[in-house]
Amino acid sequence: MATLNDYLLASGLLFTVGFAGVLLRRNIIIIFMALELMLNAANLSLVGFSRFHTQAGLPDYNAQVLVFFIITVAAAEVAVGLAVIVALFRAKQTTHIENLNSLKF
Amino acid sequence: MNSAPWIILFSPLLAAAVIVIATQPFKKLSSYVSVAAVAVSLLFALTVFGSPDQDVSFNWIDLGVFQVRIGYLIDGFSKMMLLVVTGVGFLIHVYSIGYMHDDRGRSRYFAGLSLFMFSMLGIVLANNFIMMFIFWELVGVSSYILIGHWFERSSAADAANKALIVNRIGDFGFMLGILMVWSASGTVMFGELTSKWSTLGLGAGYATIAALMIFCGAVGKSAQFPLHVWLPDAMEGPTPVSALIHAATMVAAGVYMLARVYFLFAGSAAALAVVLWIGVFTSLLAALMATQQSDIKRVLAYSTLSQLGLMVSAVGLGVPVSALFHLFTHAFFKALLFLGAGSVIHSLHNEQNMWQMGGLQKKMPLTFWTFLIATLALSGCPPLAGFWSKDGIVAAAFEHNAAAGLVITVINFFTAFYMMRLFVVAFLGSARSEAAEHAHESPPVMAVPLVLLAIPSLIAGFPPVEHIFFPMAEEAGPSIPAMLVSVAVFIAGIGAGFVLYRGKNSDPVSIPLFANRFYIDQFYSVLVKWTQDALAGVAAFVDRWIIDGGLVRGLGGTTWGFGFALRFLQIGNLQAYAFLFGFGVVLLLYLILFAA
Repeated sequence: MATLNDYLLASGLLFTVGFAGVLLRRNIIIIFMALELMLNAANLSLVGFSRFHTQAGLPDYNAQVLVFFIITVAAAEVAVGLAVIVALFRAKQTTHIENLNSLKF
Repeated sequence: MNSAPWIILFSPLLAAAVIVIATQPFKKLSSYVSVAAVAVSLLFALTVFGSPDQDVSFNWIDLGVFQVRIGYLIDGFSKMMLLVVTGVGFLIHVYSIGYMHDDRGRSRYFAGLSLFMFSMLGIVLANNFIMMFIFWELVGVSSYILIGHWFERSSAADAANKALIVNRIGDFGFMLGILMVWSASGTVMFGELTSKWSTLGLGAGYATIAALMIFCGAVGKSAQFPLHVWLPDAMEGPTPVSALIHAATMVAAGVYMLARVYFLFAGSAAALAVVLWIGVFTSLLAALMATQQSDIKRVLAYSTLSQLGLMVSAVGLGVPVSALFHLFTHAFFKALLFLGAGSVIHSLHNEQNMWQMGGLQKKMPLTFWTFLIATLALSGCPPLAGFWSKDGIVAAAFEHNAAAGLVITVINFFTAFYMMRLFVVAFLGSARSEAAEHAHESPPVMAVPLVLLAIPSLIAGFPPVEHIFFPMAEEAGPSIPAMLVSVAVFIAGIGAGFVLYRGKNSDPVSIPLFANRFYIDQFYSVLVKWTQDALAGVAAFVDRWIIDGGLVRGLGGTTWGFGFALRFLQIGNLQAYAFLFGFGVVLLLYLILFAA
């Protein structure tokens, strides 16, 4: 039987993979995908908490409802983020992160 | 309650209001309104003269702890002053009709004159310090308006400013003095103060300083050293104004005030000594300056200064009644001198230099004879008015302070000398200019006031007349030695002036120090310039280095500097930001979970 710790460990690994992707990859689309991975790591831990925080024998559904909200908002965010990336590509002809530094002093 | 004092006070104000609001375009009507108002005041002043003393007041502003009262105090002093102010004022108003006949601003002039009469009568009637101070300032304003009557001339505008500003200095001290008196005694009413002041048990220092602060007001208004510089410049105003305001009445207000509040000085020998020596010093200085002036009005102005100094020194000698007596006689003959000078100036087409005059005896007989009477009266010729009133002061001086008596005798010698010089040069000899050759007697509206003023100049000093106007004077009896000295000094002065200046076409004596008024005006302008430069330098330093440099640029520069340093953190690498962000979160988590 998997315990809460197992879930949190999986969630932490997933978050770390996502964060490492954000830090290390150079392509902005991949970075964006890694960001999604981090969001889903948070979702996984929420679901884990929901499962193990029972009230009167039932899981705590509040956490699950919050997860649905996050998925919905993430979908909207992906739409906006991809649109920004497309606009950025049109302006710069690149998705490479080293070339996107025009706000630097 | 007697309503006559209120009518005396407010009828000139009404005239001023009527002229300003309604009759401004009708110049002739304006002058008649003004003359009628002062005639009404004169009539009621005559009725008040016979009425018993009274002290009436009502609350104007009530602040609980402090009441501002408006009222009138009718006693020997104010009865006499009411008659002098309205009487001399009336004659000068009439004279003005002729003198200002061709002036474009006649309505404005008469409105100013009426406003002045209102203010001056307010000072005379005031029964408390606050009311007196209000009218004191009103007098200053109307004097400003009238000195600057010909404001197109920059010298007149400057003179008006000078008079107002110099008076402000004195008035500031006056105000402080009033506050000191009030805070010590809790009242500003003359009546209460008279009985209360000596019983308050104040420290000698406090009483002396309060009295001297009050004296500051008189120094400004009566043009005593060191604030005397405004009076000669005030001669830029029309000559009747000089006669009324800067010779007969307003400048005497300081002396009147000193006599009114003499109880403040009576207990302090130090204060009296200061008053005495300021008066004597001013008087001597002005008499010396008068001997070297060539502008006829300026000679008279310095002579006024000198006589005012004499009155102030009489207060300092402890004989305020003698001071007022001299004020009383001086008002007549000095007004007459100014009006006579005005008559000459008018007929010589605004020529004021006495070396351009001469030979006026035949052409202007009325002016000539009345001017002669006034000259002799001022010089102290027995038995004219000035002889008696000056004699009172000389006698008191020899009785109380022989040094002051000697100086006053010297002053009287110079008075006779410079008046004779003025008379000989301006009237005798042969005509020294085109204008003087074509001089003619002034119209009756100007000549009649001269004659009417000559009468009191002749008789106002006689002891019976004195007794009518000064029933409170103690019968000291004439002092024979003082009289003999006075007569000798008079003859010496007149003789010296006559011999030295007879038949001369230019001044045989030249003393630049006197002609340049002891360089006091120059000294003041340098002093004012230095003070101003020093203050401006300090202000500029504070503004440039502390306000601008320290506060404005300091704050701005610090903000800018922080911004400049912080912008080097913006390295433009997205992943570095993400790393720092993540590092920060880890650091915070560590601090929250483990470090606490």
